[in-house]
Amino acid sequence: MTFTFNGLAQIAVYFGLIVLLTKPVGLYLNAVFEKKNTWFERVLHPVERGFYWVSGVKEDEQQDWKAYTVAMLIFSVAGLLLLYAIERMQGVLPANPQNFAGLDPALAWNTAVSFTTNTNWQNYGGETTMSYLTQMLGLAFHNFTSAAVGIVLAVAVIRGFVRRSGKSLGNFWVDLTRCILYILLPICVVYALFLVWQGVPQTFNGYTPVTSLEGFKQTLALGPVASQEAIKMLGTNGGGFFNANSAHPFENPTPFTNLIEMLSIFTFGAGLLYFFGKVAGNLKIGWSLFGAVSFLFLAGAVITLGAEQQGNPLLATVHATNAPLVQIDQGYHEYALAQPGGNMEGKETRFGIASSTLFATITTDASCGAINSWHDSFTPIGGMIPMLNIALGEIVFGGVGSGHYGLLMFAILSVFIAGLMVGRTPEYLGKKIEQQEVKMASIALLILPLSILCFSAFAVVYSHGVSQIANPGPHGLSEILYLYTSSTGNNGSAFGGIAANTPFYNWTGAFAMLVGRFGFVIPIMALGGALAGKRIAPVGPGTLPTSGGLFAALVVGVILIVGALTFFPAYALGPIVEHLLMLSGKSF
Amino acid sequence: MTPSVDQPLVTGDAPKPQKGRIGRRQTTVRQPRQSISLFEPKILGRAVVDSFKKLDPRLQARNPVMFVVEVGSVVTSIEFLRSLVDSSISADRGFILTVTLWLWFTVIFANFAEAMAEGRGKAQADTLRKARTDTLAKRLPAGTTTYQVGMAAESVAAPQLRKGDLVLVEAGDAIPSDGEIIAGVASVDESAITGESAPVIRESGGDRSAVTGGTKVLSDWIIVRITADPGSTFLDRMIALVEGANRQKTPNEIALNILLAVLTIIFLLAVVTLEPFAIYSGNPVSITALVALLVCLIPTTIGGLLSSIGIAGMDRMVQRNVLATSGRAVEAAGDVDVLLLDKTGTITLGNRMASEFIPVGGASAADLAQAAMLSSIPDETPEGRSIVVLARDTYKVSEVGNDVQTGAMTFIPFSATTRMSGVDVGANGHAPREIRKGAADAVITWARERQAATPADLQPAVERIARAGGTPLVVAESDGDAAPRILGVIYLKDIVKQGMRERFDQLRKMGIRTVMITGDNPLTAKAIADEAGVDDFLAQATPETKMKLIREQQAGGRLVAMTGDGTNDAPALAQADVGVAMNTGTQAAKEAGNMVDLDSNPTKLIEIVEVGKQLLITRGALTTFSIANDVAKYFAIIPAVFVATFPQLQTLNVMGLATPHSAILSAVIFNALIIIALIPLALRGVKYRAVGAGRLLRDNLLLYGVGGIILPFAGIKAIDLILAALHLS
Repeated sequence: MTFTFNGLAQIAVYFGLIVLLTKPVGLYLNAVFEKKNTWFERVLHPVERGFYWVSGVKEDEQQDWKAYTVAMLIFSVAGLLLLYAIERMQGVLPANPQNFAGLDPALAWNTAVSFTTNTNWQNYGGETTMSYLTQMLGLAFHNFTSAAVGIVLAVAVIRGFVRRSGKSLGNFWVDLTRCILYILLPICVVYALFLVWQGVPQTFNGYTPVTSLEGFKQTLALGPVASQEAIKMLGTNGGGFFNANSAHPFENPTPFTNLIEMLSIFTFGAGLLYFFGKVAGNLKIGWSLFGAVSFLFLAGAVITLGAEQQGNPLLATVHATNAPLVQIDQGYHEYALAQPGGNMEGKETRFGIASSTLFATITTDASCGAINSWHDSFTPIGGMIPMLNIALGEIVFGGVGSGHYGLLMFAILSVFIAGLMVGRTPEYLGKKIEQQEVKMASIALLILPLSILCFSAFAVVYSHGVSQIANPGPHGLSEILYLYTSSTGNNGSAFGGIAANTPFYNWTGAFAMLVGRFGFVIPIMALGGALAGKRIAPVGPGTLPTSGGLFAALVVGVILIVGALTFFPAYALGPIVEHLLMLSGKSF
Repeated sequence: MTPSVDQPLVTGDAPKPQKGRIGRRQTTVRQPRQSISLFEPKILGRAVVDSFKKLDPRLQARNPVMFVVEVGSVVTSIEFLRSLVDSSISADRGFILTVTLWLWFTVIFANFAEAMAEGRGKAQADTLRKARTDTLAKRLPAGTTTYQVGMAAESVAAPQLRKGDLVLVEAGDAIPSDGEIIAGVASVDESAITGESAPVIRESGGDRSAVTGGTKVLSDWIIVRITADPGSTFLDRMIALVEGANRQKTPNEIALNILLAVLTIIFLLAVVTLEPFAIYSGNPVSITALVALLVCLIPTTIGGLLSSIGIAGMDRMVQRNVLATSGRAVEAAGDVDVLLLDKTGTITLGNRMASEFIPVGGASAADLAQAAMLSSIPDETPEGRSIVVLARDTYKVSEVGNDVQTGAMTFIPFSATTRMSGVDVGANGHAPREIRKGAADAVITWARERQAATPADLQPAVERIARAGGTPLVVAESDGDAAPRILGVIYLKDIVKQGMRERFDQLRKMGIRTVMITGDNPLTAKAIADEAGVDDFLAQATPETKMKLIREQQAGGRLVAMTGDGTNDAPALAQADVGVAMNTGTQAAKEAGNMVDLDSNPTKLIEIVEVGKQLLITRGALTTFSIANDVAKYFAIIPAVFVATFPQLQTLNVMGLATPHSAILSAVIFNALIIIALIPLALRGVKYRAVGAGRLLRDNLLLYGVGGIILPFAGIKAIDLILAALHLS
């Protein structure tokens, strides 16, 4: 591992900014969802009521967890079918200056599922496949709604955890409307304008031919990028307008946009933790979970940075270098154990190693999936950390919602496993953790390994599955594992190195995404529903402390032992052995 | 085992001899119940046999974790058989056999743990069973309303008695079944149930009317109305409970089982999918290694010990002479937030003691002491005795005064209407000297009626005593020769039991609030509450106010425990989350509560809470330990199974285990032995210390969490060294 001051400083500055953003965002979430009193209320509330009047939603109606979940499912399925239809028919629909044809069923289905589940896995190149109408009406629509669904589900689960009486978790339609209207849209307007200022295009004009400095003619893909980009990052969607995603200069032109894009990934996840503490009536509860995930974030970021900065030592031994040699005594010497300058393969020179590894860690900590570098080209360990981040359930700050309730699942399991050791039935936020809660948290815990391991295991022994990977050996295993991890975790970032636009990968990937989203959230909602009706026992000296360093350490321990170790056997044959092979002189 | 309720009633037939039951009456007095040694040879022997019987897959299926181990053992056994004929794996025959044997041991060790816990319960049950008698009962004709000794009664076998039957029990007879005395009074030897050999008085009416089948009337006679059908008597239920025959899993146990089952499924996935990954990587893993990995990863330690922990928790209650009607009640005891404790007998010694004489209105202390003593000589109550003692020892009043010698004394006993007692001392021919002592207002009124002045310093003295938590007894006399006068006040003090304050401090650290329940007025109650160090008190308590208090606490999300014995306690006992009925109490109280304290010691509640907490802590500690163990096992087995494919994975062999085979075998052996090693802990329970939850969590996390990560590294390495030394690997 090699560290540079620049790399560590970037992590520190980024983390400091997140800490600063947490409280204001949390308070704003509280104003939108609980107090229903925001700065925009006067202007937007009539609009909001207009929606309810048109759709017949009763604003004050409360839903229990089943009604809330069913509403969410209806909404998701409708959106899924709509997007599928648009993709299939884009050839005959307007706003298609490049005259792209409709998508084939497998790809259309994979993409429709992908955007509905907030995965935004892309088995297509945006600029060569999707019309402007598909991008804006189909994909951007889902960027907003799938993000909003994630946030409101987290809010509903949180309500179940903290409410003192009754079974209601709120109203899905009201929460959804308010989330988009008061949170996502206003921020995205400003965000998109910022991106335009930084040089991101926002146009309906067709692709523009230009002549480069060298005299080559090339076509510049353009489009309404800025508006897409804003929600892609803020909603932790990650589905890029262009195939190169945030590595593309039109999506992410400057270090400044890079920083803002990274910040916008964690914003809501961090804010939700504050919101959680706020509504639980004890800010320490939220900050303790914040502490636990901060540890995981910082550890992951530092390890990834160290691995990439170290690079592939094999290159140093053959004097392949992209750094000036240092003259010592009579000869030129490089750093003996490190690839000089670190591993730059697959990274944008505009961002360098530090900004690329940080971006890779953040995008996988949360369920974003946008990328500004090519994860497949990372060193084995550098690539393993992002994969592990997703496999844990993207609980580290957790993007919009999904990670947050994943973290709450781990909190419940931690309380249940270790809480008995204080001699009481375990309680979280004063509510007893009993049969129903444990059952639902356990089912949720099961979903990720079930989908990731089973699909991967099938793909690695299925001839077609193996034939699509670009690299043999352990690296190929990592490529397949990463694909199903990213799909199931609804992350959407691609490791790459796998030609996944085949019917097999499209259908299984889509299935993994559906399982990862709904198979996970339904038990979690049931968990929230079970907790909602429970009495809150007062906190006393005999109550398990669920805030403070000890509890944070306990949660980290449970996440690593119960969550991460499940993948250890598979990773041992993938990135771990690849790393060891690399050290002994063999690369893939 | 016990006659069922629907057993046909055949009059005149002798009961069939049944297993586990002795045919004649038991006459020996049992000593108080002793705790059974952890490794009682008889129990050990029975447990060994039972651990093989429990291999029956139908029994194993109840425990998903151990069921998976058993299936794994079967798979490797088949693998071993295959190795006898299949030359491709015959080289590994020894390895497969050793792993297979240790996997079977794992299942058997877990069975053994359960059998040990059950064996201890069965041993308790056997002792209880000896108390059951097949005596003949003297049944009275239905509708009998007048009772006398020697009345005509029909002789029937005890098991044929039904609810509502009336039986006559005379001196020397065993009481045939549970019931309530409706006439008569008798001294009863209850040692069979309580272990206490001193006889107790049982009489009709009031709170001492319940009798238990199997106990023996020593003197006098009683008429008992039977309140339990055969098979559901107190003794029957007790036997069933300690035996754990139809033990229901408690809610927390069920929840834990679900988690363990899901963890097992997750590890099953991790191991099953490993084979395709291994095939992709070039070398499939042997079935034996996969099964070994699976068994090591799934939480076998807690899975194997879970039921023993529950049974042992019940057992620990029984050792403290407490019978819980369900494991659920034991668990709830650990969760209790509020203890309602009766003042008398729990916080204070049962009786108040005279501690001071305060003369008023110019009377001398000696006069007061002498009058107080005189009035108390015939008074047999503990309070009366303490007044005599105080007067004699501290105020040096000679016990036999002149008046006693010269005249006849007439004792005026205390009554609820007069609220005073005293003596009339007849002095030949003169008007008798009357001395009265009692509640201030009652005595003042009595004195006023005799034109005695009320001294100005009386009221302050009375109030001072009341404020200090004492009971003021005013003493007045009316002598035929002299003017009637109020002499002074006796200070009766409630004596708080020693060590109570420390006990309550401990409870407070455990997060449990104590509320003292008393019939005293608020002033008195507060003074005693302050002295004893309880958190709160309920003065002038009635069954209604008690009930209200419980409901209020429960509405605030707290769990409440209380003790009670009277019929009027029954609703509150039923309402409380943990209701401990005293064995001396009424049948109604015993049925309302979810525990019965055979010693009838209200302080026991504190121990009950500790046992409950111990049960939960033990369960949590072993769960944490079991899960933490996995880290080391991964590092033992993963490099071992893949090192042939990728020699570089040797780096992960951080323990430096000798060979792949010895690594796998060491992990499997450690996994099996740790179950045996932890049986004593599971049966005895993790020691509970009364410190705050924060410290308890920290200490236990360090011990069972961090320790659970580290210990297997050392353990597996040690086993590997032994295997290498024995050339077994």
